[in-house]
Amino acid sequence: MELISKRFADTAVLCPQGRIDHATAEGFKAALAPSLSACGAGRDRLVIDMTGVEYISSVGLRVLMLASKQAKAQGAPLAVCGLQPVVREIFEISRFNLVMQVFPTLREALASLSTEALAAFEAA
Amino acid sequence: MLVRFWGTRGSIPVAMTSAEVKRKLVTALVAAAGRGLDTPGKARAFVEGELEFSVSHTFGGNSSCVQLDPGDGDYVLCDLGSGARVLGNNVLATRGPRGHRFHVFMSHLHWDHIMGFPFFMPAYLPGNHVRIYGCHDVLEEAFRRQNAAPCFPVDFSRMAATIEFVRLEPERDYDIAGFRVRAKRQHHGGDSYGYRLERAGKVVVYSTDSEHKQDDPEEVEAFVAFFRDADLVIFDAQYSLADAISVKEDWGHSSNVVGVEMCQLARARRLCLYHHEPIFDDERIAALLAETRRLEEITRGDHRVEIHAAYDGLEIAL
Repeated sequence: MELISKRFADTAVLCPQGRIDHATAEGFKAALAPSLSACGAGRDRLVIDMTGVEYISSVGLRVLMLASKQAKAQGAPLAVCGLQPVVREIFEISRFNLVMQVFPTLREALASLSTEALAAFEAA
Repeated sequence: MLVRFWGTRGSIPVAMTSAEVKRKLVTALVAAAGRGLDTPGKARAFVEGELEFSVSHTFGGNSSCVQLDPGDGDYVLCDLGSGARVLGNNVLATRGPRGHRFHVFMSHLHWDHIMGFPFFMPAYLPGNHVRIYGCHDVLEEAFRRQNAAPCFPVDFSRMAATIEFVRLEPERDYDIAGFRVRAKRQHHGGDSYGYRLERAGKVVVYSTDSEHKQDDPEEVEAFVAFFRDADLVIFDAQYSLADAISVKEDWGHSSNVVGVEMCQLARARRLCLYHHEPIFDDERIAALLAETRRLEEITRGDHRVEIHAAYDGLEIAL
């Protein structure tokens, strides 16, 4: 899976597309890996912008959980934003909204993680 | 075939508290105000037809025990949790004390799945026959230790029925009591085994106490094949998905979300949420059922899966 990647100051924003399911979850995991390696305390923060994701299965949610655990272990905050209505319902039913930082918009996610990233976003 | 649920609660039996009973009564009485329910018939129709299930019923509190009833022959059961006590008493009350044959398929030997056997009255009566099947090498030992000091006052040797223990090999087909039966090893502490039971073109999969880590595509495929085209999948949905893969990882249970996905992939006809979390009250389980039906609806392709939540006393006709 190819991720569109953006940067706002100290925050990397990754934008997966389409369906994240049994067929694509491994590719999603591999595509996240370089950005996860780069994040950490005093280094990058991470936002996964799900605006382009129309469906995510339990396997895809597991990839998000592992990413969140790795980022946390490295001292970096990780947030998710831009859930489409169906994906938002899947997050709620699976209770992922309770264990991950989820924001309606990219702007709100950036505002939560970094003032520098928010300023860069506003200036862009 | 009828599938009858005698015990549906996970981990430990639970009882409704007086506060919960009172809350149901208050809700029902307020709903009935001004309805003129002045006969038992009118009241019964109101309770059965208009009240929410979580107000008029309870999902119940006995631990795992399910009966597959093809309408003739021997009793075929899965697990001997505390629900087996109710089943045993029902058999004696409706069919008399002797001459019964029971075939029991054991998922595993944790307390909540065997604790009904010391209170399973047919096992104490001569003339009955209990055959217990399982894949664990300590199958018989677990039952004998439970029915012995210091755990229980009546020793296993006092059970006067003919009791046999039969070891099964997983991934092998057996013909037992008119069913074609296959066991499959599952992720759970000390292992558990799911059973695929087929008879007269109907397929029931009993898959409880099974954690689906989903980190191995081949293993996912193997479970999908095990569930393939089942008329009913009885599925451990004790945890939320988030809990199952975070704070409760490796605790050996699964979620409603994984149950829906597996049944969709396998094109199973019905999914029954089972082994309910003991801290959940009736409202919480009812909400879980509604959410699971919604999940099935928004993720449905060309195949619909009918969603149920097991409760003590539920019967599903296949």
